[in-house]
Amino acid sequence: MAEPQKHPTRTPAQKADFKRELTEVVPHLRAFARGLCGRPDMADDLVQETMLKAWTAQDRFEPGTSMRAWTFVILRNAYLTDMRRNRFRGEYDEGVAERILTAPAGQEEPLHLSDMHRALLTLPPERREALLLVGAGGFSYEEAAEICGCAIGTIKSRVGRARAALTSMLEDDDIPQRSIGDDTAHGAILKELDEVAAGRGIAAAKG
Amino acid sequence: MRVRELMGTDRNMASKKQTSDAEFAGGENAPAWADGLKQLYDDVVDEPLPDAFKDLLAQLDDGLDERRSVGAPRDNGRGA
Repeated sequence: MAEPQKHPTRTPAQKADFKRELTEVVPHLRAFARGLCGRPDMADDLVQETMLKAWTAQDRFEPGTSMRAWTFVILRNAYLTDMRRNRFRGEYDEGVAERILTAPAGQEEPLHLSDMHRALLTLPPERREALLLVGAGGFSYEEAAEICGCAIGTIKSRVGRARAALTSMLEDDDIPQRSIGDDTAHGAILKELDEVAAGRGIAAAKG
Repeated sequence: MRVRELMGTDRNMASKKQTSDAEFAGGENAPAWADGLKQLYDDVVDEPLPDAFKDLLAQLDDGLDERRSVGAPRDNGRGA
């Protein structure tokens, strides 16, 4: 995954294998995307974009390696690109995020899960991403570092900080009710995104 | 359970997952909310796939070269 190799001609069998593996990871892409951007509809758009990009780039997939890790890289890069284009920011500005965050994420969801979702979305994106990959997606620190194009120590640090923040919010019952709608918290998140978008953050290594 | 099946199809991932679980949740002080975070993710994984995704996958299918050039059957059963 780190060094994409070109595999000149794919046989129909290989293409079918690729399609099958891609199909299998779609539910995981949806889960990762929803954790990243919070809104189910935007998340699904992101996943469809990711599937098309993965399909187009399938010659660069190394058969036998993790399709999930490979497509997660594509998804996060698409997410960061959208961030750069202010697509998600525009939604935030319209207060949509606040509405989402102050409402339960799903009707059937137990209260503590909507609390969890809300708390997760208050984290800075880099830490949220690291926590999602390791704590929810089940990736090792090494794999998460590869996906994010950063050092293992960086991932560990981000996960550690995210853990501390969530523990503080969830176990002390102190979840900001209007976190993203709140100007201060909102500004902090967007500032981090600016860093990422400017190439000083996690995206830098992946170009 | 569907998640397990999916994970099982990716042997690398399955073995790495155990490592990660140990690192993250099984360690000295796994946070009380660790399971909730996983559940948040797994709940989405377990959702039925919306039609839009099935349609998209079908479109990718239509683009498969063998279908056009060789006229291969729709699903020749090469699943594993």
